[in-house]
Amino acid sequence: MDDSRPIFLQIAEQIENDILSGALQEESQAPSTNEIAAFYRINPATAAKGVGLLVEGGILYKKRGIGMFVAEGSRLAIARERREQFHAEYLRPLLVEATKLGITRDQIAEMIGKEGIA
Amino acid sequence: MTAAIEVTGLTKRFGKMLAVDDVSIRVEENQITGLLGRNGAGKTTLMQLITGQQFATSGLISVFGESPVENARVLRDVCFIKESQKYPEDFAPKHVFATAPLFFPRWDAELAEQLIDDFRLPLHRRIKKLSRGQLSSIGVIVGLASRAPLTLFDEPYLGLDAVARQVFYDRLLRDYAEHPRTVILSTHLIDEVSDLLEHVLLIDDGRIVMDETAENVRGSASAVAGPRSSVDAFVAGRRVLHRDDIGGLSSVTIPGLGYDDRLAATAAGLEIVPVSLQQLVIRTTSIRAEELETSA
Repeated sequence: MDDSRPIFLQIAEQIENDILSGALQEESQAPSTNEIAAFYRINPATAAKGVGLLVEGGILYKKRGIGMFVAEGSRLAIARERREQFHAEYLRPLLVEATKLGITRDQIAEMIGKEGIA
Repeated sequence: MTAAIEVTGLTKRFGKMLAVDDVSIRVEENQITGLLGRNGAGKTTLMQLITGQQFATSGLISVFGESPVENARVLRDVCFIKESQKYPEDFAPKHVFATAPLFFPRWDAELAEQLIDDFRLPLHRRIKKLSRGQLSSIGVIVGLASRAPLTLFDEPYLGLDAVARQVFYDRLLRDYAEHPRTVILSTHLIDEVSDLLEHVLLIDDGRIVMDETAENVRGSASAVAGPRSSVDAFVAGRRVLHRDDIGGLSSVTIPGLGYDDRLAATAAGLEIVPVSLQQLVIRTTSIRAEELETSA
């Protein structure tokens, strides 16, 4: 856990990452609050808050008496939300650093080309 | 939420020494609260008052809705693990674990067995032959296995090595998750426990200087680092908690940054370095020390 942001946000993000990567499939059971607390060595109330955030956002849903499950369509929903943050959180800092180093627009384009992104 | 502990205007004097100075706090039921502060700040005295082991000079203390002083109904629900617990000279750990259930109605012998195993505690060795760490592990085992609705750990791990401390944190979390109870953890090893805490109380010079949820404390300060002119421009008009300068570079600790602040700082080419709870405690208590010096 890094110190700069609330832990419950980081827990929510970590679960989202697992859904994005396919480690957690849609309609499969998500880890329980106590499992998350034990794994990351955090307070169970904090873990519950992270899970609660995802329930609120419709990413996870509760099956009574069984536990939390990954909602259908959550993968796409997460990706859509992350795309909106991509510009501010990744592209801006990249351009700031590139300007500092004197890397031109064409050079950046060339690098991206070499990485072979679609 | 219900309060496990409510303290109002609590003061404790030892002669001229003011150990606890007009403290008012509320500890929520079934939370893990960290009681932090420097040596001599008043942590132990405050816990002794809460557990009825000291008489208050003035003020009110309520534990589970009643005064703890000479109150068996409250005290059987309380377990206070002290830094240097004394045991009878001819005791061995097995005697401690045979006696403990008499005082703690919720004692779980199975959990105790398992913890004795985890800490590799020699049950039959005499107390005075035990190492400092083994002595501490007895306290930790009693504290966990007692399952007391209010459990206080006062620097419970003198002499415990890093592995044993991790065992303590893991077992505490696991057992707390299954059997929620009110835990107060007083410690100097702030970085090790900061993720376990739900609430933070910081005491300095007998007074409470921080009473916050752990989530609010986290991210309540950040250090902004970069070229001095850019840093100065960014922190202008903000409260500065701490400042380090080296050559043309500055690192300035300021209170919490919002999402937009962060983006602005990054866009200005500044680096944002998180401030840990431990660093924040050091900053907070040393700022107060400076204020006291200048006012004296």
